[in-house]
Amino acid sequence: MRTNDLILQTVTKVILFIILLFSIHLFFAGHYYPGGGFIGGLMTAGALVLLLLAFDMKTVANILPVNYRIMTAIGLLFSIGTGAGSLLFNVPFLTHAFNDVYLPILGKTSLHTAVLFDIGVYLVVIGVTMTIIQTIGEDE
Amino acid sequence: MNNLLLLPILIPLFTAVILIFLNRFTVASRWVSVLSLLSTVFVSVLLFQKVRTDGIQTLNLGNWEAPFGITLVSDMLSALLVLTTSVIAFACCLYSFRAIGEEREKFYYYSILQFLIVGINGAFTTGDIFNLFVFFEVMLMSSYVLLVLGGTKAQLRESVKYILVNIISSSLFVITVAYLYSVVGTLNMAHISTRIAEVGQPGILTVIAVLFLIVFGLKGAIFPLYFWLPGSYYAPPAPVLALFGALLTKVGVYSIMRTYTLFFPHDPGYTHELLGVLAVITIIVGIIGALAYWDIKKIIIYNIIVAVGVILFGVSVNTTESLTGAIFYLIHDMLIKAALFLLVGVVIAITGTSNLKKISGLIKNYPLLGWMFLLSALALAGIPPLSGFVGKLLIIKSGFEAEAYWGAGIVLMSSLLVLFSVMKIFINGFWGIHRTYEKEEKAPVSWLLISPAILVIISVLYGVGAELVYPYILEAAETLTNPSTYINAVMKE
Repeated sequence: MRTNDLILQTVTKVILFIILLFSIHLFFAGHYYPGGGFIGGLMTAGALVLLLLAFDMKTVANILPVNYRIMTAIGLLFSIGTGAGSLLFNVPFLTHAFNDVYLPILGKTSLHTAVLFDIGVYLVVIGVTMTIIQTIGEDE
Repeated sequence: MNNLLLLPILIPLFTAVILIFLNRFTVASRWVSVLSLLSTVFVSVLLFQKVRTDGIQTLNLGNWEAPFGITLVSDMLSALLVLTTSVIAFACCLYSFRAIGEEREKFYYYSILQFLIVGINGAFTTGDIFNLFVFFEVMLMSSYVLLVLGGTKAQLRESVKYILVNIISSSLFVITVAYLYSVVGTLNMAHISTRIAEVGQPGILTVIAVLFLIVFGLKGAIFPLYFWLPGSYYAPPAPVLALFGALLTKVGVYSIMRTYTLFFPHDPGYTHELLGVLAVITIIVGIIGALAYWDIKKIIIYNIIVAVGVILFGVSVNTTESLTGAIFYLIHDMLIKAALFLLVGVVIAITGTSNLKKISGLIKNYPLLGWMFLLSALALAGIPPLSGFVGKLLIIKSGFEAEAYWGAGIVLMSSLLVLFSVMKIFINGFWGIHRTYEKEEKAPVSWLLISPAILVIISVLYGVGAELVYPYILEAAETLTNPSTYINAVMKE
């Protein structure tokens, strides 16, 4: 018997983007305010899980053909790479640097290497969460 | 500041990630893995050299000053242990090529192995008690995967037990660290040491000391907390077993050594006495197990417990000489246990069984295997001039000097019984009537013998060249008995 999940599917289509946008907002807010790569990643993963609930795994795999294990590895590479980058400048591991740069549209922006590290965290969190959820989902 | 001491952690970490990408290419991941471990050995040697010439090395991660940020500290003890770990990991990885099977290799075996080394090297290097917990977790997570990988019935059954025990001990670890933090208000190990020295270790800190003993005792398998070990270690295949047996329990032992000399040296009448009693009971229990079984894996596994007891007895006596002995024996035991487990793995690969009653006459076709086993068995028991002798001699001598007659006597007696338990394997398994075994032809014996040969040779050199190694071990022990050098190096006072 097929369950009637029309409402869930319709709502998901709208809400998904709101959640994703908010997660990106959280990610960038994390530098000075509450938020960051971990919570942003969790929220993105939450959006994807909602998608999995509303549709089935096959559909989602069609929309987002992502290998989450590779995603985790890329995330780790970002984080380790950012940390190890400091070795090139002969400062202790994980030392970060920042600078105010003038960008065309955004104006004066503070660019920080911690963002690169956070992107790594973001990817790892999504990758690991989705791997776990998919593994549990496959068993059923 | 010296980034060198980070490299034995960073290289395996980086390789682990690379190996996730290379997962489908088995041959490539084998060689990447073994090359990375070889370079880890190389940087560990460089680090050892650096510590030898320039004293204790520290690194404040992220450039945050010492008591506030996370500090990595490499003194002689940690440099020696990192070096030993890297060598053993290299040998086990080489052994895995022909022993672990494609099934497991495809499921990120080499990647997880690298993560395990990250955890172990990290735990040996860190100078921050909470960071120690983090590295413990990295190590344990990897060990869960290595234990369950393959998914045979015995492995799944033992994994559940192992994970349960370790989750409980990990949460207890966090609780204990929180407890300690609420009392002394810092997490930096050197800073904790000075703060405890200022207040003179009142009762509450002794309670925390005992809690630490429980936490690390669960990982290190001391007397009432060893129950999970014989079953869990029995399940995985030989190279994993060698890594676990040689390295995992030793991290627990190292942590006890570190905390009991750096944090809690002020009330030895209670804490070290307790440690001593438990260590001696651990030896007795281990011996009983080693003598009782007719299964080669089980016999060697129970010998891990004996060794943990011997080392911790050395720690509990708490003089420079006894600690020198304990460190000497610790490194010896890591090398020789890895070699023995790998040799046992070869025997199982040839015969297809670990039941001693079904094996005999192996020395006829495999003389090299036989002699190597004999050599490591003698080294394990501590026959001079092999490597176990010096460590045990120092421990026993300092035990008698500290008037711990009972303990030292039992350590002395235990050597004989250890010798008996491993000789039982040699006499029954290698002598006697020659038999043929079903899978004998398929076993890649000559390849499998390379790794244990490396380890046995190192161990023999370590024993014969004890005179050369002794000054470094002594230096390591002196740092332990005299924490001020460690503290000064970290706090830069």
